[in-house]
Amino acid sequence: MTFDFDLIASAGPELLRAGGVTLLIWLAGTLAAVVLGFFVAIGRRYGPPTLDKGLRAYVDLIRGTPFLIQLFLLYYGGPFIGLTLDPVPAGLFGLAVYGAAYFSEIFRAGFESVPRGHVEAAECLGLTRVQIVGRILVPEMTVLVLPPMVNMVIVLLKETAVLSIITVPELTFQVSSLGSANYAFVEALFLLACFYWALVEICGNLGRLAEARLSRFGLKNA
Amino acid sequence: MSFKLFMLLVQACGWTIVISSISIVLGLLLGTVVSAAMQSSQRAVSLAGRTFVSFFRGAPLLVQLLLIYNLLPMLGLNVPSMVAAIIGLSLCTAAYQAENLRGGFASVPQGLLEAADMLGLTPFQQFWRIRAPIALRMTLPALTNEAIMILKASSLVSVVGVVELTRMAQDLSASTFKPLPLYAAAALLYLVINTVVSVGANRLEGSFRWGVKA
Repeated sequence: MTFDFDLIASAGPELLRAGGVTLLIWLAGTLAAVVLGFFVAIGRRYGPPTLDKGLRAYVDLIRGTPFLIQLFLLYYGGPFIGLTLDPVPAGLFGLAVYGAAYFSEIFRAGFESVPRGHVEAAECLGLTRVQIVGRILVPEMTVLVLPPMVNMVIVLLKETAVLSIITVPELTFQVSSLGSANYAFVEALFLLACFYWALVEICGNLGRLAEARLSRFGLKNA
Repeated sequence: MSFKLFMLLVQACGWTIVISSISIVLGLLLGTVVSAAMQSSQRAVSLAGRTFVSFFRGAPLLVQLLLIYNLLPMLGLNVPSMVAAIIGLSLCTAAYQAENLRGGFASVPQGLLEAADMLGLTPFQQFWRIRAPIALRMTLPALTNEAIMILKASSLVSVVGVVELTRMAQDLSASTFKPLPLYAAAALLYLVINTVVSVGANRLEGSFRWGVKA
């Protein structure tokens, strides 16, 4: 078994660009998923019961089915209901809808961990719902939801690799095409795995650092 | 979508379940070994265990599957893609299960092990008769979670040519030009399998109250 690293070096610029696509899709998709997930959690908590039921069905559906199937439904099934997307927007949309279901559950658990008394006190003081969410719930739960959020951000990073299957030109896709063109798949794949591994480790460590920094602001005795 | 197509999907579910179950069991066995390695007093052994967990949790499963699928022939092992897929899934889930088991092993009360020592049980007996059963019971909820993750992750083995539920839905939609109902039906079938697993596991947990209290 010989490793052919020259090949990877010669494909350098291409891979660099693909790496950029991976990072951009990951960051944009994660941001969209966090925002969307937050509103799903809010909708489930303060919305009418029908909205709660509808959102719950969405969350259960997304969490109960593979990401790959969701992507296929969106990308290949979408055009049949008039939703034709290019790979990159489809990938972004898919990642956001997928991540939002998990983030909404994280936020829901976070909301529930805030002591009822705090919310009641805020209500007594005449704070509006928006104020209660923005000034009581979100700040109090931030420290508690941080570890599962970091976890989910890492999961989404790894899921970007799945986007290669619907031909999003990200890193895994580019390495796959490189490999099938040159029969030097294994070394390229090994480096690819190491790339994700390093990124995941960095994220995990940054998350722990943030956790340690923020922990003193957290709920006491929660 | 015709009934015939749907039945083909249901049959393909069988492979999804077979691949996932074998991977979960192999992953649990390997995960036990890895978690024992992680707690070893030998520096090199525990480092190897931790590196294994870190790598298989750090790289995307799809990349791992592609790597193993292409690496095996290079090493002169020409195994069917089904075997490569099961190896890939097992290695990945072993890393997650090793972490879960580590938590489970940490929750075994010291007193029980001291008692076992007093009774003259060998370390091997202590492991298989005291530590492993208690840790397993503690890890059961996490194990259910992992089983559901693997059921969903098994969709990725379609990429290396294993004809399970996802691959069947893919092939059928390519030949019938009806991706929407076929992928929707596949999604529904995944949902049904996962619901059955999680309800069954909840029942099992309820009837599985022996052992130590958390």
